Amino acid sequence: MGLAVAYNLARRGMDDIVLLESSYLGSGATGRCGAGIRQQWGTEMNCKLARASMDIFENMEERLKVDQDIGLKQQGYLLLAYSEKEMAQFRKNIELQNSLDIPSREVTPEEAEDIVPHLNTEGVVGGAFCPTDGHADPFKVTDAYARAAARLGVDIRTYTPARDIELDSHNEIEAVITDESRINTRRVVNAAGGYSRQIGEMVGLNIPVKSERHEILVTERVEPVQGPMVMSFSYNIYCQQTPKGPFLMGFGDPEEPDSLNINSSWQFLEKMADKAVNLLPLLKDLRVVRQWAGLYNITPDRQPIISESESVSGFYMALGFSGHGFMIAPMTANILADMMTGQKPDIELELDPGRFERGDLILEPSVV
Amino acid sequence: MMKNEDEVIICRCEDLTLAEIRETIADGYTTIEEIKRKTRLGMGPCRGTTCLGLIDGILAAHKGCSREEIDMPTNRPPLEGIKLGLLAGDGDE
Repeated sequence: MGLAVAYNLARRGMDDIVLLESSYLGSGATGRCGAGIRQQWGTEMNCKLARASMDIFENMEERLKVDQDIGLKQQGYLLLAYSEKEMAQFRKNIELQNSLDIPSREVTPEEAEDIVPHLNTEGVVGGAFCPTDGHADPFKVTDAYARAAARLGVDIRTYTPARDIELDSHNEIEAVITDESRINTRRVVNAAGGYSRQIGEMVGLNIPVKSERHEILVTERVEPVQGPMVMSFSYNIYCQQTPKGPFLMGFGDPEEPDSLNINSSWQFLEKMADKAVNLLPLLKDLRVVRQWAGLYNITPDRQPIISESESVSGFYMALGFSGHGFMIAPMTANILADMMTGQKPDIELELDPGRFERGDLILEPSVV
Repeated sequence: MMKNEDEVIICRCEDLTLAEIRETIADGYTTIEEIKRKTRLGMGPCRGTTCLGLIDGILAAHKGCSREEIDMPTNRPPLEGIKLGLLAGDGDE
């Protein structure tokens, strides 16, 4: 997110941009996520953000003027419904998506089996499929934005954590402090993902986000056998085969406490294997190569906060993506850059942190 | 006798040569974590048992420091490649 915002600001003519990364680029959620990209959302806002971001992913190399391709795979997302109620919601979502140029459609269990032949459809009532959903390589996307940003003059400082942010007597930003330097600035963008709350505390803000570990594993490579990502909210799983052959999979543990824990657990390994092998029996012979974890940064309505702070002028927030940041980052970064340079964004967002107190929650029916 | 850098394999899983690694370092990726994300070194089934013991020496030589001063990436479980079917407990026991 940070790199995409920096790039977009530079593209709009801003110079003097410094990006601080506490470790290596992509060490946060971007380099840890499943990197699935779906446009099958249930709110107009998310559909528009996802559709516009997919447009950018499809043309990323050209837009960012980079040589290396980002490994975009577009063989769809197959969402599975296990109840009539879930299926009814899917139908509503599909109608909304189709009206916004997203080519999703309803599928029967038999059609789902046609799309994913090794799928166990026991209990499946129906599904939704969008053929242009897919996956991109998050390391390559990060690298592409980094190279493009650097080329446009962004000063990218890795292994340089922000230690503090100083405010002047008017409660306005004055400087950012690192171990090596004091960077004078009037504006800061907090895109620190799982650690965004901690950055907010530096300016005395209580940002309404919590961080939560989500675990994931990857298997050895096999020949291509699964086109789409298979996902289910009620069954609670996502599982896809990435372009080079390995299977990536995860699920959300409802008992996971708020924390900054990114260690792996054997409990996840066992439960994940159970779920995956039951749904996609073909996976039973695959060896797990590695498991890891990352942080979801979660807001009360699981939609991001994209806004300037009302109390600390110059403090912008692009955080709280609640597990779907990678897929909407390209367009969101565009919008924030427009907001910061006084231009009218292509999509109007009402994602300020004040919405939670006002009760203006954006309830998205299609979240993992 | 020094082999041609294009022929020395550093990462067997990803088929990375010494020449490719040196080029990556020259391009600005100077920690193992960065090289790993750029080239996938260490991400294969061998879990870095071949390459990690080589990359630290290469980076140390480049930086003019000792191998011990090169930061290793996080070790990720599991230790061995266990089949999903076995973990799911559907094996015949």
